[in-house]
Amino acid sequence: MKIVKEALAGTLESSDLLVKVAPGGGSLEVVINSEVMRQFGVQIRKVVDETLNKLGITDGVIVVEDKGALDCAIRARLQTAVLRGAECQDLNWSVLS
Amino acid sequence: MTLRRSMLFLPGSNAAMLSTAFVYKPDSIMFDLEDAVSLREKDSARLLVFHALQMPIYEGIERVVRINPLNTPFGPKDLEAAVRGGVDVVRLPKTDCAEDVYQLEAEVEKIEKACGRTVGSTKLMAAIESASGVVNAVSIAKSSSRMMGIALAGFDYVIDMQTQRGDGTELYYARCAVLHAARAAGIDAFDVVFSDLNDEEGFLKEVDLIKRLGFNGKSLINPRQIELLHNAYAPTQEDVDYAKRVVAAAEQAERDGLGVISLNGKMIDAPIVAHANRVLQRAAASGVRK
Repeated sequence: MKIVKEALAGTLESSDLLVKVAPGGGSLEVVINSEVMRQFGVQIRKVVDETLNKLGITDGVIVVEDKGALDCAIRARLQTAVLRGAECQDLNWSVLS
Repeated sequence: MTLRRSMLFLPGSNAAMLSTAFVYKPDSIMFDLEDAVSLREKDSARLLVFHALQMPIYEGIERVVRINPLNTPFGPKDLEAAVRGGVDVVRLPKTDCAEDVYQLEAEVEKIEKACGRTVGSTKLMAAIESASGVVNAVSIAKSSSRMMGIALAGFDYVIDMQTQRGDGTELYYARCAVLHAARAAGIDAFDVVFSDLNDEEGFLKEVDLIKRLGFNGKSLINPRQIELLHNAYAPTQEDVDYAKRVVAAAEQAERDGLGVISLNGKMIDAPIVAHANRVLQRAAASGVRK
């Protein structure tokens, strides 16, 4: 899957996150800011990396502004932003699970 | 005993509510992908609900997803997300006839087979929101062995009936029709939402009415209503004490080989004993009214 345009998903409300994606210049850059980085930074990074890996994203800029979201919300918002950025309408459930 | 007193509606697009609603301990949580989600957030809400369904935080709470109608671009995708996510019950909105359920069931079965879920493990419920739905309530309720309940949805129904919400008179026929259809089919019945969150007295009055009619429970739009509803549905200590005496009298009569049971000079028949057992089961499951 290739990110072809800028896209957003999520909110900056508590227990949610805002994900911004943009086309890259041949590499993948992931920036994560979180209010709970010290406690859960490793887990957040793991969920983000796994999600992007399953979607096959190797090129793009991904910015995550986390407000203490659960793993399920991180996966969902990230997937939504990437699918919007890739202009993908068809859902491949094997990569979304 | 499965209690379905409270079905709490949550907007499927709201991550905070999906992350915290379990603490209020409703009997069922209904993730809404339909009216509570704007058109631009349908995709986001669908994925949020898909992943939320797989979180262990809802253990002990029945998980329901209200999908968009199948004849919209969103409905089929919502259904995939719900079934693949492991939902307990799919709630179909705007159900007008049994054919709507047949179509839903066929689609659910296809998805179950495709994703490896046991065929038949996804239960269904229908929301009745029109005059046609009310008239066809019996055939809808009996349309599938997957059906676990039917719910009356008041707002769309009163619009279809060219009236408006008032003291409940406008819902009288629909409530009775839906309830009778559910009982005839052996499934549960759920009443409409009560939208004025500040009118506690009005809410409890409506709860008292639907409880006496025989509804299993009610759709709710705010966690504040859960405790009020559960308490109103709990049997009183007096109910429990009487039920214990009825059951004891029935057991004594059986030991004595008597066909007729009497308690304090009054004859007790089988339906009264069955009701007493239900009261005791409900008390064990939900406690006694405070």
